[in-house]
Amino acid sequence: MAERGNGGGAKPETAERPRGCALVTGASRGIGAASARALAREGWPTVVNYRSDASGADRVAAEIADAGGRALALQADVSDPDRVKGLFASAEAELGPVLCLVNNAGMRADGLSPQITDEQWRAVLDANLDGAFHTTRAALGGMLRARFGRIVNIASVVGPRANPGQANYAASKAGLIGMTRTVAAEVARRGVTVNAVAPGLVETKLTEDVAGNGLLERIPARRAGTPEEVAACVRFLASTDAAYVTGTTLTVDGGMSA
Amino acid sequence: MATAVTTESVESKLFAALKEMGAEGEVTREATFEQLDVDSLDLVELAQVVEDEFGVELGGDDVKDLQTVGEAVDLVVAKAA
Repeated sequence: MAERGNGGGAKPETAERPRGCALVTGASRGIGAASARALAREGWPTVVNYRSDASGADRVAAEIADAGGRALALQADVSDPDRVKGLFASAEAELGPVLCLVNNAGMRADGLSPQITDEQWRAVLDANLDGAFHTTRAALGGMLRARFGRIVNIASVVGPRANPGQANYAASKAGLIGMTRTVAAEVARRGVTVNAVAPGLVETKLTEDVAGNGLLERIPARRAGTPEEVAACVRFLASTDAAYVTGTTLTVDGGMSA
Repeated sequence: MATAVTTESVESKLFAALKEMGAEGEVTREATFEQLDVDSLDLVELAQVVEDEFGVELGGDDVKDLQTVGEAVDLVVAKAA
């Protein structure tokens, strides 16, 4: 078998990863909290970012510490680029460069398109898409210098497919997948991977009002997923084992999109 | 703590960073980024080095027209002034 050149790209990684921390946005509960716990179990010092739920974030950080990990709860609204700069400065001062970023912070403000207000449209795009861009931009410089980085964007099965009543949410998540692919292509040769995870129906606070309405019958697995099942995918994409996986979207939906 | 910005300190740091990034050929003030095979992603990394080392932020508009290493050095010094 012919020896393969590396085309000028970063060398294949070994099991080693540089010293640095993981930052999970919107990590006070749900998928974000489960992802923070999963990354901490992998040995990442972990920033538990939150916007308003300080007690939830403190609880997640305490759970991580009780399990022998290292975690820090930091408040910041990621839709504000200045607050993101402050978040990264604090994270890096305490735990080192952010080499793993999970963009999970998000919200819904549902309504049929004619009834979505400018405020509802803007708020969802600001939180779900602009926020992820702000953090990605802040993280990439350090990742490029380290020749290592993992960015995992929590998208959704809504976006690639329709879901009436969620035009703003669908636009934000489809945009997030588009950003994932392009940023992945920009930085791949520096050992930085950028991927998305697209959950279907997952038991979280965000979805507690939508589990009825016959939705379970549309899921081949006949059940909702758990935050931990999504976090397991995040953990894989953040690992050194996933060094050659980039620009992809991993669907976690019990077969709903199959 | 950021390093003091002088032409010498910036030159020294940028030359070293470019060599570490695998620049082709000799790094001089006159060398163009094209000659050194430094691409747009390398320039982004170089901007990060400048920010980390000197506390000077270089945006995309700042670096997009840079041709030579000397121009980059002078830009950093000018922005710090």
